Amino acid sequence: MNVSNAAVRVRGLVKDHGRGQGRVRAVDEVDLEVPQGQMLAVMGPSGCGKSTLLHLLGGLERPTDGEVWVAGRRIDMLSERALARMRRRSVGFVFQAFHLVEELSAAENVELPALLAGRSRRQARRRASLLLERVGLAARARHLPSQLSGGQRQRVAVARALVNDPLVVLADEPTGNLDTAATLDVLKIFEELRSPGQSFVIVTHDERVAATADRLVSMRDGMFVDDTWLAGSHPRGLGGLIGLEG
Amino acid sequence: MQDAVLAMLAKEPSHGYHLHARLRRSLGPLGESMNRGQIYVTLTRLERAGLVVGERSDGLPERPERKVYALTPAGQQRVAAWLAEVGWPKPDLAEFHLKLAAAAAARLADPVELVAAQRRELLRRLREAQRAALAEPAGSGAGLLLEGVTLRLQADLRWLDACERAWSKADDEVEGG
Repeated sequence: MNVSNAAVRVRGLVKDHGRGQGRVRAVDEVDLEVPQGQMLAVMGPSGCGKSTLLHLLGGLERPTDGEVWVAGRRIDMLSERALARMRRRSVGFVFQAFHLVEELSAAENVELPALLAGRSRRQARRRASLLLERVGLAARARHLPSQLSGGQRQRVAVARALVNDPLVVLADEPTGNLDTAATLDVLKIFEELRSPGQSFVIVTHDERVAATADRLVSMRDGMFVDDTWLAGSHPRGLGGLIGLEG
Repeated sequence: MQDAVLAMLAKEPSHGYHLHARLRRSLGPLGESMNRGQIYVTLTRLERAGLVVGERSDGLPERPERKVYALTPAGQQRVAAWLAEVGWPKPDLAEFHLKLAAAAAARLADPVELVAAQRRELLRRLREAQRAALAEPAGSGAGLLLEGVTLRLQADLRWLDACERAWSKADDEVEGG
């Protein structure tokens, strides 16, 4: 089998929830390849299978059928332990509800995955403080999540997702709980902190978030119905957007 | 208006009053202010431009309301060009709505495809506007204007989603109301 240098690749991916009569096909024979360095957005109505797809890509769920490759390695057959190791090394997650550990400070939340991945305490601390500085939260490193705003919590979560410099960052409605200003902050951070070759897959219902991606796929009933390349086109310049031209 | 009238003729040659009735049906309460006279004025202009021909149907004096209008080859070309156009210069929802209805009625194009093309175009514009917004420092005036631009594009995209859903369902219905 030809293993390309895609960050993530799936073939014939199927995921059923439930059994027998109550069985629902959440993901229906999806093929997808996300090259290294690509930012991909996935949109679709609720229940279309986009979150399930994201979980399958990151090894949080196992497919009913099909293959999942991450960083050139097939992961759908891995043991739980190997899967957990793969996730720590190669995948960063950002969730709508932040999922920070409430008892730990911002800095400790960011350090945690680095420690779990086997980095020394000193390395983890250095990397976490660098990232918190870059997301504009150096002054709040000792704060607990409950002492932070939603936008700040999500910035901590993004720093945490990036701490091990994963090949793939998977974000499920990362701005779903944020206002416009905080949304722009998170998008800026994605843009600025993205390292070369790092891929992002962002599930969102916000067209403005999706539009920052290089490519957008639309999902309905577990299938892709559209695949649009957004990057690199300059149809008319910004003046045209407000009717200053023509 | 001219383009919408032309595209309705792509289904079949029609009397002005029939076109008026179809437009009213497509636009519902939004088309209430449209009178038949406007249709005849439009048809007369189109005829002068060589895009339609009007044929008297009953040997009575030559008046627009007696004529059956049909597209000329030039008119057909103009309709095809209009359908393929994916510009969104001004958010003219009624024009796009009529385009979908006319395309479906004449089976000239798949409305779902027209919506998809429009959607891709708007997404690219939204991308430009959003990236420009990201590049603005917090609190800049241009940032506020760009937020307005992105919000409007977002609203248009959501409406296109609604169009896509409706026309996907209306596959076997010939004309949407």
